[in-house]
Amino acid sequence: MVTATPAVRAETILRPGRTRFRMAWAQFRRNRAGLIGLAILMAFLGAGLFAPVLAPYDPYEIDLEGGLKKPSRAHWLGQDELGRDLLSRIIYGARLSLVIGIIAVSIGVGFGVPIGAISGYVGGWWDLLVQRLIDIMLAFPGILLAIVLVAILGVGLVQVMVAVGIVSIPTYARLVRGQVLSLRAQEFVDAARALGATAGRILWRHVLPNTLAVIIVQSTLQIASAILSAAALGFLGLGAQPPTAEWGAMLSNARQYIRLAWHSVTFPGMAIMLTVLGFNLLGDAIRDALDPKMRI
Amino acid sequence: MWAYIAKRLLLTVPVIFGVAFVVFAMVRIVPGDPAQIIAGETATKEFVEAIRKDLGLDRPLMEQFVTFMASLVRGDLGRSIRSKAPVSEELWARIPNTVRLTIAGLVVAVSVGVTAGVVSAIRPYSVVDSAVMLVALLGLSMPVFWSGLMLILIFAVRLGWLPAVGTETLAHLVLPAITVGMATAAIIARMTRSSMLEVLRSDYIRTARAKGLAEPVVVTRHALRNALIPVITVVGLQTGTLLSGAVLTESVFAWPGIGRLLVEGILARDYPIVQAAVLVVALAFVLVNLAIDVLYAAVDPRIHYE
Repeated sequence: MVTATPAVRAETILRPGRTRFRMAWAQFRRNRAGLIGLAILMAFLGAGLFAPVLAPYDPYEIDLEGGLKKPSRAHWLGQDELGRDLLSRIIYGARLSLVIGIIAVSIGVGFGVPIGAISGYVGGWWDLLVQRLIDIMLAFPGILLAIVLVAILGVGLVQVMVAVGIVSIPTYARLVRGQVLSLRAQEFVDAARALGATAGRILWRHVLPNTLAVIIVQSTLQIASAILSAAALGFLGLGAQPPTAEWGAMLSNARQYIRLAWHSVTFPGMAIMLTVLGFNLLGDAIRDALDPKMRI
Repeated sequence: MWAYIAKRLLLTVPVIFGVAFVVFAMVRIVPGDPAQIIAGETATKEFVEAIRKDLGLDRPLMEQFVTFMASLVRGDLGRSIRSKAPVSEELWARIPNTVRLTIAGLVVAVSVGVTAGVVSAIRPYSVVDSAVMLVALLGLSMPVFWSGLMLILIFAVRLGWLPAVGTETLAHLVLPAITVGMATAAIIARMTRSSMLEVLRSDYIRTARAKGLAEPVVVTRHALRNALIPVITVVGLQTGTLLSGAVLTESVFAWPGIGRLLVEGILARDYPIVQAAVLVVALAFVLVNLAIDVLYAAVDPRIHYE
């Protein structure tokens, strides 16, 4: 019965349904911190998607008599200086942060991944040029580069999304380049090349799918940092402008009334912190689930 | 090692050149007429012309770049559009404040971070460990500007222990320094913990304990020394976080540093100021990173540079 053992083994390995995704999910489910992160993000996502249904008031409705009123039954998180309901503004802020995060990361992935992949695969002078450009971009601390870009593009929410997106391009490009460099030398790429596949096909069908895990992990963490940067720019007065219900801009406004209304500086910041925490916990957990070797 | 330092210095030159180019290009790639934007929509034609001439925008691009680089080397950064004073004067007035804030932030980050990490590592998976790591995680997720506001709310507004704004005394530095250092302290705490846990498991620690050395001596003299090497790496990598933190913190505490100058410059469209502030922060970042790379060799004799 010498031949029976390998046959059984092959069957175990090829058992249907035990896909990489399922294995990762099984791993993820055991991670308590990751589940907490997921729960926070579901709440954030829910708030963002269903803001008009969930918000008890219109986030822009002014009620001068209720200016800076503390949390109460009618207004759970209190009112801001113009009497606008803070809870409603925070819920609408979630929607805005969601959009900021998604657009910024889309820009980062959309430009960074192809740049990094081509740079790593083609090599030569193109790689050299791209790497030096990335060096220069990374010579600026993240938020400073975003500030520089806002100085060029102008102050405003759309400009901030673009700026924060551009800032994340070098991170993706470096990450994917490194992955591609190591994948390029592997046998399955040689095999594809030997079969006559074009460089584009090899990159798209064979190399890039293998970088997906790191891109997903990076994107989860990157959304958090995009939201944080956009809020920071909003706080500095360079991003979303009043009366937009953006968390950073709300804080910037509220700080003038810090002595009178603790709630208006506390809750928007808490929303930012929880969202960032959620993404960080989720990102760490996805990383552990997809590739335990990447654990720090 | 000297060869390594020389090579590292040479590699920095193109980056500095690139940074200078970005700063030069900043004003030129603004959509529309930069002189008009700087002057504002209601400015007279003569004023716009004067600004264009002042910034040298009326000359060929190549000539502009050469002039820009030449004056940069001489330390001449032009004049502020708003105050008409030389930019370098404004910069020199602000730089010491930012340096003071960043160093104080670093002191907070390292002292709090290392202590918390060691305390966690001595009793891993205990209540203390979990509590410290939870606080570290929260510290990492907190936006710098918000933690600054919360500190003001608690220690200045409610308790009245510390001043919220001003730069005169050491007490004025406490809240901004904690704000700048908090996120980095969290990262250092996590790193120190994992590094200590690894070192505490090693053979030479077992030997030290077997010799009968007291536990505090084992921890501080034997374990911590080696555990700190990766921590220094983290501190180096965190320079950017500290600098960015300083830029944001300055706005919270009305701290008259480079970060605030930069933000004020952008809001007032005072481009010479913006250019200079960006240049200074980016240069500081590049040079500190260089210094840290070199420092490794001094700290860890196991590192050999080729």
